[in-house]
Amino acid sequence: MKKLRLIAGVLVLGLSAAACGGAKVEDDSAAAPSASAAGSAAASAGGTVKIAINGWVGYEADAAVVSYLLEHELGYKVEKVTLAEEPSWQGMESGDVDVILENWGHPDLKKKYIEEKQIAVEAGSTGNKGVIGWYVPEWMVEKYPDITDYKNLNKYADLFKTSESDGKGQMLDGDPSFVTNDEALVKNLKLDYKVVYAGSEAALIKAAKQATDQKKPLLMYFYEPQWLFNQVKLVKVNLPAYTEGCDSDPKKVACDYPPYDLDKIVSKKFADTGGKAYELIKAFQWTNDDQNAVADDITNNGMSAEDAAKKWVEANTAKWQAWMPK
Amino acid sequence: MGTAAIEVRGLWKIFGPKADRIIGSPDADLEPAQLRAKTGCTAAVRDVSFEVRPGEVFVVMGLSGSGKSTLVRCLTRLIEPTAGELRIDGQDVRAMSAKQLRELRRHRVSMVFQHFGLLPHRKVVDNVGYGLEIQGVGRAERHEKARRILSLVGLEGHEDSYPEQLSGGMQQRVGLARALAVDPEVLLFDEPFSALDPLIRRDMQAEVIRLHREVGKTMVFITHDLSEALKLGERIAIMRAGAIVQVGTPEELVGAPADDYVADFVRDVPRAQVLSLRWISRDPEPDEPLDGPELPADTVIHDAVPAAMASDRPIRVVADGELVGVVSRVDLLGAVRPGTGPVAVAASAGATGEA
Amino acid sequence: MVSAPVQVAPPVQAPARVRRLPRWVAPVAGVVAVVALYVAFRGKAVLPHDDDATLFHWLNDARDWVDENRNSSPIFLYVVNYLRLGAAGVYEGLQAGLVALGWPGLLGLAAGLGWLAGGWRIALVSFAGFAGVGVLGFWEASVETLALTLSAVLLSLLFGIPLGIWAGRSHRVRRIVTPVLDVMQIMPTFSYLSPMVLLFLIGPASATIATMIYAMPPAIRITAMAIQRVSGVAVEASESLGATRWQTLGKVRLPLALNTITLGVNQTIAAALSMVPLTALIAAPGLGEDLLRALARVNVGAALVPGVAIVLIAIVLDRMTRAAAQRRESGTRARAVRWGGFAVLTAAGLALVPAMAQEFPEQWQVQIVRPINDVVDWIEAHWYTFTGFLNDVVAYGLLNPLQDVLTSAPWWLVTAAVLVFAWRVSGLAAGLVATVCLLCVAALQLWEHAMETLTLVLVASVITIAAGLALGVAAARSRWFAAGLRPVLDAAQTMPSFSYLLPAVALFGNGRFTAITASFIYAVPVVARLVEDGLRAVPGTVMEAARSAGSTDRQLLWKVQLPMARGSLLLAANQGIVMTLAMVVIGALVGAGALGYDVVAGFAQQEDYGKGLAAGVALVLLGVMLDRITQGANGRRSPHKKRNA
Repeated sequence: MKKLRLIAGVLVLGLSAAACGGAKVEDDSAAAPSASAAGSAAASAGGTVKIAINGWVGYEADAAVVSYLLEHELGYKVEKVTLAEEPSWQGMESGDVDVILENWGHPDLKKKYIEEKQIAVEAGSTGNKGVIGWYVPEWMVEKYPDITDYKNLNKYADLFKTSESDGKGQMLDGDPSFVTNDEALVKNLKLDYKVVYAGSEAALIKAAKQATDQKKPLLMYFYEPQWLFNQVKLVKVNLPAYTEGCDSDPKKVACDYPPYDLDKIVSKKFADTGGKAYELIKAFQWTNDDQNAVADDITNNGMSAEDAAKKWVEANTAKWQAWMPK
Repeated sequence: MGTAAIEVRGLWKIFGPKADRIIGSPDADLEPAQLRAKTGCTAAVRDVSFEVRPGEVFVVMGLSGSGKSTLVRCLTRLIEPTAGELRIDGQDVRAMSAKQLRELRRHRVSMVFQHFGLLPHRKVVDNVGYGLEIQGVGRAERHEKARRILSLVGLEGHEDSYPEQLSGGMQQRVGLARALAVDPEVLLFDEPFSALDPLIRRDMQAEVIRLHREVGKTMVFITHDLSEALKLGERIAIMRAGAIVQVGTPEELVGAPADDYVADFVRDVPRAQVLSLRWISRDPEPDEPLDGPELPADTVIHDAVPAAMASDRPIRVVADGELVGVVSRVDLLGAVRPGTGPVAVAASAGATGEA
Repeated sequence: MVSAPVQVAPPVQAPARVRRLPRWVAPVAGVVAVVALYVAFRGKAVLPHDDDATLFHWLNDARDWVDENRNSSPIFLYVVNYLRLGAAGVYEGLQAGLVALGWPGLLGLAAGLGWLAGGWRIALVSFAGFAGVGVLGFWEASVETLALTLSAVLLSLLFGIPLGIWAGRSHRVRRIVTPVLDVMQIMPTFSYLSPMVLLFLIGPASATIATMIYAMPPAIRITAMAIQRVSGVAVEASESLGATRWQTLGKVRLPLALNTITLGVNQTIAAALSMVPLTALIAAPGLGEDLLRALARVNVGAALVPGVAIVLIAIVLDRMTRAAAQRRESGTRARAVRWGGFAVLTAAGLALVPAMAQEFPEQWQVQIVRPINDVVDWIEAHWYTFTGFLNDVVAYGLLNPLQDVLTSAPWWLVTAAVLVFAWRVSGLAAGLVATVCLLCVAALQLWEHAMETLTLVLVASVITIAAGLALGVAAARSRWFAAGLRPVLDAAQTMPSFSYLLPAVALFGNGRFTAITASFIYAVPVVARLVEDGLRAVPGTVMEAARSAGSTDRQLLWKVQLPMARGSLLLAANQGIVMTLAMVVIGALVGAGALGYDVVAGFAQQEDYGKGLAAGVALVLLGVMLDRITQGANGRRSPHKKRNA
């Protein structure tokens, strides 16, 4: 009994002592490079870098090459954290993410995390140009030449009807977490379509392949850079042209997606303490073709992300040498 | 001090909501079934009073549901009585604090249960020593004591067994040993042998009689088995629907049942083995010879048979040197024959024994 | 005495028949009335979906407030953030510990613990299971999953067991705790995540807390039950000897309840393991991440392998705790052997640590992803017409019509129908609760999506229950069928729920039917098992009596076994529906839409957060509603009745 009371007393004391200042989330030790846990691993001289992995293979290609260089050239340990886009930003706050390697716009998040909370900073462009849009398989354009104008989509709505589309035409979207205005577009352009979420990039790719192979009608959300364009011919549907600010209110969007200059975001803490790893990531820049080559190897040639990265690194020494910190 | 070992006055136990309001109200006189229908309460013990003398074996007998198990639990407040007085060795049990009550249970009154209540995860020796353990007695001492008690109840060599390795009879010996281990003044038995086979039950009854002779504790023994009650009890209380119908010696119950219920109960008891000659002796007929064999009035009827066989004269029944009556062979045969209405017998007897 | 005689088939007497209407009249009249009202009011008083509902904005504002004040509000500074730190500490400690053991050390410890719990058999199972995880090539991720599971279980037990003891001892506490636990267990795993992210951000700490909450109910429930079931005689004996309450608790109640409590630990572990992979959605490390990635790539092989790794972990932990729960007290020598064996095995493992490589040796790993994918590709290529046909039949034949009806019926008609139906099946109280739940869903501005989810659940559970019933009956009637089915069901029950999405996706592409298929695979084992157990529990004497009266097997089933197993059958239906709901929601990951999609979108898109949170609550309400409706007369939640028994 006495012992119990003693323990309780110590506990209370300890708690109140620790509670004096309260706990802030940045105090979290998880945010610091956890070199101690990895200490026994001989190579990890530089500590740990936590890279968010968003759900499309192009992103993974970026991460594969950067991780490969961090691990093999700079001696860091890399933790890959599979996350959707927005939670990745949150991860910078909680200390679970140091780096987002391929950010698609997200001006709202930039405002919140970079300007207001000041826990993230931009780390420059990846060199990739991003395009988001609506696509149909090429055979459809040959058969229905005017289908590439959004104004004619209603005419063809019946073609795109599926069991999931509620009697309307189906507009197939990807992962709910991807950047998309499609529900607003369908509504504001008065299209007789229903947005159906396939759930992932892979599902979109599968649908595109089937639509080409089996000549099935398909209207879908897709984007570049993407290796699929090397295999399957897709044609972009023309939505009302993008003008600066036409997409500022997500509920009222009635125009095409803007061209994206894909960039990198890192946590403030990583920018301050990341050392060589930060310098490498800041310098990282390549072309859409580079990315597609690596993504293609990962997806279609049965390579692990690491093997694909190795292949690219060995073939493109000059390019990555330029990224290395001096 | 000469006080009773246990003294119970007007004890009530009513289960259910607002039970305490029922006592003293007209509802208290209702039959249990009616009471339950009316108030949702169950009266398990109704206005029970009795005394147990030090060293006595007091049996409470009744059918299942008669409230006898509740009654015995009220004695150490394992079940909290609703009303009434309760004294053990002159001390008011109901007024005791939790601590005093614990002391009472630890040192002075212990109990043997119908389903043994052994702890399956402990060895026999630790089961027996449990009472000592919770008093804070050291391990060596309680093992030593437990071993002694185990040999007293005939379980030497089983100290390190687990309860489930023992037969039912042996398990109850462990239960008995556990109760004895704390050296209490009073032992309470709640139908201890009813879960046992008949032969083992007989052994255990003999064991209790032997222990009573050896250690001389006051015992309160609950049973639903009349023959067990008659065999063990110096006095027997018969319970029905929560109330005590009659308290008396075996002879009084059989010879003079207080009502039809008790009479019905004891109907099949071989009276010849319980009653004494006093119960069947009568005034001699004018023409009867009075030179037959002479026997004391408290001779059990069954034991008078040889004398009756030896002489064709009526037996002269004598108490304190005076003739109280005679018993002829015919009277004797009538008493020995099973199934005779006890009321008829009682009517012809002078004494009734309601306590 | 007013107790009616209990009879299976009441004697039919002529006068009674004349006075009463046939039993089918009332239900048929009810159905006719609902149909008539539907036809008359179709399309009126519907509640179409609105992404812009004020409630969602309000919730978004609340989220923003939390976001802004996370580091300044005292609630966060002194409570929430500490919880987060504590959970993170437990996880990190355990994870570091497991990693520090090294793989040989962990294998040795597992074998040692197996030996301790149940002798050489369990030691072998533990060793083989964990070694298998390494052979599959998922050692590191498995250790993380294990650490996450164990930390959640540890915390669940830390809070759950004392609470369970309290609930077991106090009727009042039990009455408060039971409905809360009911709701916690009905809650689809998905709806835990959004609030967790709001309070604790993402990461392993948040995942640990979410898993802890999910895994705690069985710990509390079974501990309470164990304490309650401790033989009253032993407790009374202890009290009669003057033991204090704490003495009785420590020396009688707990030791006697220990085996059952261990079973509770077993259930807690099972629950935690089914939740842990899902927390990959909020950035928890481990096998769930691999699963999630494979799902995004629609790579069946790559998802199946970590799925199998989780099953292996689950089997090891299950057998270990189950063996520990069945352990009996033994003599001193046996105890020495047990602890000695444990020490030897663990020490042997640890001794090997310096000699072996840090990572699980690659040459011991086998690659099975490719062969699996080859099979899947073949099926995809050759069965396409069939699977497409099946998909369309269910979608056009069942889903679309039902969804049309539910979304075009006036809300008051749906509510009234639910009230009447629930009242009839499960009594007035259940009916009222169900109705209130449905009204709250409407108030959450999510009526249309809720109706869509309801459609999925109804269709999926009808299919699931029918199949589960057939399998259960077959298993109860044939020993060899049961023996063959059991391991399949065992494995299916421990597979992480969202690994089921993959075979379904491979076969049927993305969409609602895939979600239905996945929930079918997920829930059928439980339904089949409950049905089988219920049928087997029919007393042998009753069966014997019926057989001696000349019943055929068919008569035996329909007139004796099924009616007598009514309670189990209702429970099976209830569990089937609740599990179907949980899975259908996860189906949103593969395009099943409705409330599940709202939840997913909620933690993926900032502006949808409010809708996602509301959808999570709506799912809980829907779950409670379905549970109450199917709770029936099986009385599994009436602690009051037990007291007199």
